[in-house]
Amino acid sequence: MSLLTPDQKVCSWTQAFDEPASLATYVAHGGYQALRRVASGQISCDAIIAELKTSALRGRGGAGFPTGLKWSFMPRAFPGDKYIVCNSDEGEPGTFKDRDILRYNPHQLIEGMAIAGYVLGAKVGYNYIHGEIFEVYDLFERAPTEAREAGYLGDNLFGTDFSFQLHAHHGYGAYICGEETALLESIEGKKGQPRFKPPFPASFGLYGKPTTINNTETLASVPWIVQHGGQAFLELGKPNNGGPKLFSVSGHVNRPGNYEVPLGTPFSELLEMAGGVRSGHQLKAVIPGGSSAPFLPAATMMDCTMDFDSIAKAGSMLGSGAVIVMDDTVCMVRALERLSYFYFEESCGQCTPCREGTGWMYRVIHRIEHGQGRPEDMDLLNSVAGRIIGHTICALGDAAAMPVQSFLKHFGHEFEHHIEHGRCMV
Amino acid sequence: MTTLNIEIDGCALQVESGDTIMDAANRAGITIPHFCYHKKLSIAANCRMCLVQVEKAHKPLPACATPVTDGMKVYTRSEYAINAQKGVMEFLLINHPLDCPICDQGGECTLQDLAVGYGGSSSRYQEIKRVVRDKNLGPLIATDMTRCIHCTRCIRFGQEIGGVMELGMAGRGEHAEVMPFLESQMTSELSGNVIDLCPVGALTSKPFRYTARNWELSNRPSISPHDSLGSNLEVQVKNNKVMRVLPRENEDVNECWLADRDRFSYDGLDTAERLTRPMIKQNGQWTATTWQTALEFVADKLKAIPAEQIGALSTPYRPAEELFLLQKLMRGMGCGNVDHRLRQSDFSLDDKAHGGFWLGMPVTYMSRLNRMLVVGSNLRKDHPLMAHRIRESVRWHGQLNMINAHEDEFLGKVHAKRIVAPSRLAVTLAGVCRALAELKNLPVPDIAAHGVADDIARKMAESISGGETRAVFLGNMAQHHPDYSQIHALAQEVTTVRRQFRRAGRSGQ
Repeated sequence: MSLLTPDQKVCSWTQAFDEPASLATYVAHGGYQALRRVASGQISCDAIIAELKTSALRGRGGAGFPTGLKWSFMPRAFPGDKYIVCNSDEGEPGTFKDRDILRYNPHQLIEGMAIAGYVLGAKVGYNYIHGEIFEVYDLFERAPTEAREAGYLGDNLFGTDFSFQLHAHHGYGAYICGEETALLESIEGKKGQPRFKPPFPASFGLYGKPTTINNTETLASVPWIVQHGGQAFLELGKPNNGGPKLFSVSGHVNRPGNYEVPLGTPFSELLEMAGGVRSGHQLKAVIPGGSSAPFLPAATMMDCTMDFDSIAKAGSMLGSGAVIVMDDTVCMVRALERLSYFYFEESCGQCTPCREGTGWMYRVIHRIEHGQGRPEDMDLLNSVAGRIIGHTICALGDAAAMPVQSFLKHFGHEFEHHIEHGRCMV
Repeated sequence: MTTLNIEIDGCALQVESGDTIMDAANRAGITIPHFCYHKKLSIAANCRMCLVQVEKAHKPLPACATPVTDGMKVYTRSEYAINAQKGVMEFLLINHPLDCPICDQGGECTLQDLAVGYGGSSSRYQEIKRVVRDKNLGPLIATDMTRCIHCTRCIRFGQEIGGVMELGMAGRGEHAEVMPFLESQMTSELSGNVIDLCPVGALTSKPFRYTARNWELSNRPSISPHDSLGSNLEVQVKNNKVMRVLPRENEDVNECWLADRDRFSYDGLDTAERLTRPMIKQNGQWTATTWQTALEFVADKLKAIPAEQIGALSTPYRPAEELFLLQKLMRGMGCGNVDHRLRQSDFSLDDKAHGGFWLGMPVTYMSRLNRMLVVGSNLRKDHPLMAHRIRESVRWHGQLNMINAHEDEFLGKVHAKRIVAPSRLAVTLAGVCRALAELKNLPVPDIAAHGVADDIARKMAESISGGETRAVFLGNMAQHHPDYSQIHALAQEVTTVRRQFRRAGRSGQ
């Protein structure tokens, strides 16, 4: 599969130009044309949803849920307020793609949100930006102002009766606020804690009104699909995995960074783009979709292509596309200790298994890493992880427990070595 | 509402749509273990203790938050469900201190009870246990926050019943702890209810602390004398001494709640200042004596006074039987001077009113009123649980209008409020009466002729002329007012300007 030419890039194309984030650059290359067509009624709402379904655009935030289907759940004819919310709360370890869209291509996101607003009957949109990337929030804030002044946001866009307001909102860096219902609570000014579902946001969302929440990259892909058609987007990727996707490659590679490649690109090619594993070392394992995704050993990973279905078949998730590459110097016990510490710190504390279980797992792994492991610890870890998975309100508990089980399954011998000898084998 | 057929533990049930699995199970008498669920509070689904197996669901679901669907098959005691419940119990216990022997909740602790069924006999947790600093919530509620299992019942109580959020959850994950705002204490007049709500020993009663074990206490049903609501009490006694007072559940009166003064005033029963045996004052000195001597002394003294010069006053808190006997005694002596209205100053209604005053409606109606006018009442202080019911009405989009002589934080939305000089209570009510008459194009009643229908009066009139269920309440302050008869007559007038209005209730004692 060939790599993308600059004009095939959907989300990162502005980076080839001077002043990439400016309205002038965006408009000079066809920006806001899609919104103009949509707002002036040249393309119907149903047609847009149909195009999205054809495009096989799947949510870029982690779950990979088909966007067209998600939009069709929204009660569009429902009278009263409805909201569109962009989830830019990019807190997943290893993920750093959405901040680049906000930094370099904010207008495409704004256009995508306005189109979503039109299709879903929402007059107000919120862009919730992660609190730890505050400077990105500051930078992004300029874009809606520019768009408002140029008539791309606000009342009666393009002389039609369609109005759309957009507000950026920044959190304070809690990972849990990336969970969509915790994000809604946070916008409402409450403590960021996931809500129990059902009801789902499509019926009871922000301020109790129907709400659709999409990832930044997902929404930024919408104008491209409206302009070029769902089929063209689908053809950039592979069946059921439409379009290109931004992959945040980090870890032991020579050129870590964001790479926009078609879904279905072999992992080996992506690794090559990122400069390959640093010289003199062998690939050991890869976390293909952010820290919540189970990691895959090198051999399995090299056979995978980078798309939702292939990675799922291999036993992990494409997630947010955060590829964390680990070479043979990595101690898996230490890596897991760090991951577990993250989930222990970021658990919101609302429901019992996650609040109590993440701390328990972290402490046991910490003990093993520091030479205090006991023979029964591995079974204990497996069992505790099993008692968290599927028992919590949101997916954070699963995300904390699944890496533990996958590390133990694939690299159990490293843990055994740690427990037996009190030190690392690598 | 449609009826759905479901099955819980093989038992076929017919339930209404919108019910949760927990509702259905409760109705069928099937117990599902739980901590955070409480029938009077919103659903949090955070303790995860009520996880049950639902056919076709790929993970166990919380019974408290899962709505029933037609044909649903639920298993609460299957191996799958029990495993999930045992898992949660293990997590709850790992950081819970093993201090049951010195915990006041021991013997009436939900965690203790359920740990018998779902906990292990030993713990697999070998790490350091969490310790949480205790909070000073004031003189009524003792805290042992290390015992807290984060069910958030106390927090939801404040938000939903008490009307003021005095407790919240701060911090994240394992560091999350229930605490008051900025080291403040709980001052709500209903705060003691969090003691009953707390399923563990994190919040316990400070006055009762370390004085008795719950299995040593015997229960005596009683009625609270502190306001006209008559909250049902469970007075708990050990060795003939009142150790504690708890609410006795009665949906028609106090539900499962109790105001703090009903709950804690038993403290006064055993104070040193209390008169516990007959005494006679002679030459300026109190001396103890026998009942026989004391009663003869009183009888002799009374016989020496002309009957018409005797007056008998009793507090209204006494039982009706005692009050009856008192008037019987006085009448027997040929004296008619007997009263219990110690604070009332205007008695000119006495020969006009017929029969006794009463609330005019069942107490439960107060939770679903559309329009209310409260005159001269410090609602929360005078009738804490009625104030809660009125707050409930307001949350259901009822409109509360208030005329009072001083500011009173109701802790809910007030549609229109008028704070007037105490002497102007009647004339302000007359203004509302006039506005109502003008609104209905009816002649202004004579009694309201001096009222001025200003903007607020009109707003109140508009409010109380709408809705389907309405009530006017006269509070203690109105009842003790020198113009009481006028205020009462005006309230009657307001309710009868149109026939549909309810008769004026009297919320005073």
